[in-house]
Amino acid sequence: MDEKDLELLRILEENSRLSAEEIATMTNLAAGEVEARVHALEAAQVIKRYSTVINWEKAGNGEVSAIIELKVSPERDFGYDRIAERLSRFRQVRTLRLITGTYDLQLIVTGKNMQEVSRFVSEHVAPMDRIRETATHIVMKSYKENGNALFEQPETERLPYSF
Amino acid sequence: MRNFVSERAREIPPSGIRKFFDLVLTMEDVISLGVGEPDFRTPWNICESSIYSIEQGTTSYTSNKGLQSLRDALSRHLAKNYNLQYSGDDEIIITSGVSEALDIAIRAVVDPGDEVLIAQPSYVSYAPCVTLAGGTAVPVRCTEKDHFKLNADALAEQITGKSKALIINFPNNPTGAVMEESDLKAIADLVIDHDLLLISDEVYAELTYEKRHCATATVADLRERTITLNGFSKAYAMTGWRIGYLCAPKELCDAALKIHQYVMLCAPVMGQVGALEALRSAEEDKNSMVNEYRLRRNMFVAGLNRIGLSCHVPEGAFYAFPSVKSTGLSDVEFAERLLKEQRVAVVPGSVFGTGGEDHIRCAYAVSRKELNEALGRMETFLQDL
Repeated sequence: MDEKDLELLRILEENSRLSAEEIATMTNLAAGEVEARVHALEAAQVIKRYSTVINWEKAGNGEVSAIIELKVSPERDFGYDRIAERLSRFRQVRTLRLITGTYDLQLIVTGKNMQEVSRFVSEHVAPMDRIRETATHIVMKSYKENGNALFEQPETERLPYSF
Repeated sequence: MRNFVSERAREIPPSGIRKFFDLVLTMEDVISLGVGEPDFRTPWNICESSIYSIEQGTTSYTSNKGLQSLRDALSRHLAKNYNLQYSGDDEIIITSGVSEALDIAIRAVVDPGDEVLIAQPSYVSYAPCVTLAGGTAVPVRCTEKDHFKLNADALAEQITGKSKALIINFPNNPTGAVMEESDLKAIADLVIDHDLLLISDEVYAELTYEKRHCATATVADLRERTITLNGFSKAYAMTGWRIGYLCAPKELCDAALKIHQYVMLCAPVMGQVGALEALRSAEEDKNSMVNEYRLRRNMFVAGLNRIGLSCHVPEGAFYAFPSVKSTGLSDVEFAERLLKEQRVAVVPGSVFGTGGEDHIRCAYAVSRKELNEALGRMETFLQDL
């Protein structure tokens, strides 16, 4: 991993649909080298996959998200790893992190509606061994996701020219 | 009734392509590569600190020189990043943009009859400011052959017994040229031999893509005879805030300060608060903007050369300055027809003085998508010629 790899990652994170040729022109690398480096990053699982940032509220699919915080008793020899891995297998769990503070694990869960989310929490998450407490926060509105503002920003007026 | 307009005001030329740009305003779907301003918004932490300070009632005059905290922060910033040594107490003035800094610098040193050498192509206000101060602007041609650096021989040819000062601007608007230490040394010898003052506009100092900017006043013994101008507009996307600064040895700084205190009093305090925050916390924002300009530059300059407009690689600022000579059109004709036929606005190089003819200035401070679209339209334009 060198400075060039980091640059490729920054470019791809912002727009993964650029072709190797386009990236090559921007970075002054040969297109073949861009391809080789990207393949290596994929093989090393540094690049996990290519996806799209979607404003689901705008798409209007009616999905509901919730942030769920868990207090967990860690396991001898494994800490939080085994229970976290177990939780992360659920399709509904979009994001899972170990955090500091009052709670130990933080999940972001999505479901078709509020009932589905609450059923998932009460039937699958809360009863799990070692989970001592849960706190569920339903997301009311998202303003920013992964660095992307989801609200409309007015165009600022720019002069058509200047010297 | 007499003609009340002063001779000096009459003497400075109106912008020759005013009509051309008035046309841009009336057209729809124009991609403008004509704007010498970042397309990014000012980083929010800067805006937020300024808004907060207004809420706290920080709305008064500041000292003529500007906020002491800002001058001290600048002093440290310049030392750390450019090895420039200026005291925050009496060698830095915060101005209303670099434009004001330029004006007071020129008025502080130019007497009627003095000749002021200007490395051109250059930003359009240098010569008029010299005229307004009663001096005579003497252009020194920078050529494509030298990658638009200032050539010592070309400078020597224009020096006379009346020469008082030299104005340079690197990284350069409109060419994107930079001067490295070795380039500046050759100029320094001439400047010192002929006892000239140097006004160095370094507003694009943060926008270099290959090497760190070399500050003029750090070269040879130039510091004692250099006025360094810089500002926040380009590096931190703060054009509308109007915050620049002038740095010079105390005696020169005091002279400029007298003019500043009568014509401007002080730069707006909310802008100064924002500038201070820029120095404190916007380093990462700045770096990511510079990185994005670099990617765009590589893409755009490669594109220009591909479609047949030869363009040297600009190492700084955010301008590409390709030649349009191969098309047989003058730069003004090229710009006018490109606008009318393909709705892409660029600035004809001759606007920037000697050496700018046969070139156009394209600011790549627009999104990559727009740059690609502009390149496509320019390619169509060239094919239809």
